Amino acid sequence: MENTTANHPYIKGWGIDADPANEPTYPMKHYTGDDHKRIRYDRPPLQPQTVEVLHSNERPGLTAVYGTVAPPSGLSGAIRRYAFQYSEGSWGHWLPLILADRINVWEGIVDDLKQGTLPNIWKERGWNAEWKYNRKAFVQKVVVVAAITTIAVLLLGGKKKRA
Amino acid sequence: MLAMNYRGPFRVRADRNKPYPEILHPQDAIVRVTRSCICGSDLHLYHGLVPDTRVGMTFGHEFTGVVEEVGSDVENLKVGDHVLVPFNIACGSCPFCKQELFGNCHESNPEATAVGGIFGYSHTAGGYDGGQAEYVRVPYANVGPVKIPEGMDLDDAVLLTDVVPTGYQAAEMAGIKKGDTVVVFGAGPIGIMAARCAWLFGAGRVIVIDRLHYRLEFAKNYAQCEAYNFEEMDDPVLFLKKATDWLGADVCIDAVGCEADGSALQTITGRKLLLQAGAATALQWAINSVKKGGIISIVGVYGPTANLIPIGNVLNKGLTIRANQASVKRLLPRLIEHVQNGILNPKELITHRIPLEEVADAYHIFSRKLDNCIKPILIPNVA
Repeated sequence: MENTTANHPYIKGWGIDADPANEPTYPMKHYTGDDHKRIRYDRPPLQPQTVEVLHSNERPGLTAVYGTVAPPSGLSGAIRRYAFQYSEGSWGHWLPLILADRINVWEGIVDDLKQGTLPNIWKERGWNAEWKYNRKAFVQKVVVVAAITTIAVLLLGGKKKRA
Repeated sequence: MLAMNYRGPFRVRADRNKPYPEILHPQDAIVRVTRSCICGSDLHLYHGLVPDTRVGMTFGHEFTGVVEEVGSDVENLKVGDHVLVPFNIACGSCPFCKQELFGNCHESNPEATAVGGIFGYSHTAGGYDGGQAEYVRVPYANVGPVKIPEGMDLDDAVLLTDVVPTGYQAAEMAGIKKGDTVVVFGAGPIGIMAARCAWLFGAGRVIVIDRLHYRLEFAKNYAQCEAYNFEEMDDPVLFLKKATDWLGADVCIDAVGCEADGSALQTITGRKLLLQAGAATALQWAINSVKKGGIISIVGVYGPTANLIPIGNVLNKGLTIRANQASVKRLLPRLIEHVQNGILNPKELITHRIPLEEVADAYHIFSRKLDNCIKPILIPNVA
């Protein structure tokens, strides 16, 4: 593709109304012209790749540094690999990632159990704090959930007996 | 080491078995964390709203710490330096960093081009572990971290990593002229700081809108502004039009982002069904209540898909929308000065100091707005 960022003196009137002060990104951005160098800049040294890292298909490869936490694995990993075939503007990218996140939660529980850890849901959800600071609402919620569950069980039980 | 460990929406734990971080790049440093905050935007992760948030990750992009180890190319820091670490991971050499857009680095996040790398903020922001831990890996240590000036309180320093720069940049981007009426949506720490900073740019009137009385009260006192509860209004846009001589505010700042309350349609489609990238209620109100030719400044965080906003009104009213992640490193010299001169007192925002071991309770308190929580900080044992 032809580079279109050069001067165009053969175009009548080229640049006559350009106003360097018309910079809506100021002061966020201190314009230096580096934008027009495109990707021709000195990259930092590249981090050696030790784990699988998915990268956006809107860039040619990995960035010079990246995080290595929780590389894709299992079913969620397979879904994430699929998602990264789509660009960042596509629902095909983001919706599978959300699905993968939800599946990953169950994978996390299985991993915990494999390692002999029983997840302490009470503690992990911070219900100690709820009990301390919002006890009345918490008790109300528990009573409502228990009542709904009891009614549902009774109704289902009744249906089974009639069948 | 001890670190926060994400297990799924609304579930985190303090994990004693997280491996100690390693130098993975010659410009890395390892930092022993001395203070770490939970940010309002961490709650978007905690609530499961940010795609590619993987189980096992440690959150936390607001932290200070002592340098414990440096890579072979680190020249600006040495072991023992006590630093505050901007939440942006920035290389300093890409075209964006060279122009001080440190929040838009092109060499720190392989997973997405739309956002630069951020500590502990999902794989959509680079897949880095964050600072809600005893130790953390800090990439590009020559660029981001700043030595904490002698005599500066650590609680002030840790808020200079995000809250103060983001609030300040919200006001800066709003292009406030002397005498302007500024409306800030959201009375969380960022909104409160934005309201406070609006005065520094010469605002003539500052109005904060939220739904929580205790936060509005806090904002009124801390930022010396007007504060109103939108739940007590039939229509917040109409209220603001009436309050501004029927013209609208000169500028509106969205300091809420994707978890806004106030509109059933936005809440159901954005927060419950995830059919849009969160509920854009605050932005919708901002667009509709700013004057013609006005400026909208967005620092509230939204997801990467799309949102329902009245873009037709943006066109017809001739609005300017300015938005970005704060470029912390660019702003730090000025903001350190403001803190040292007593113009800004960030540590007054801190309402809860919680040991890292109790991170699950800390998230719950902040998420549910219990105990009049404004800003919780986590303190590791190794601090």
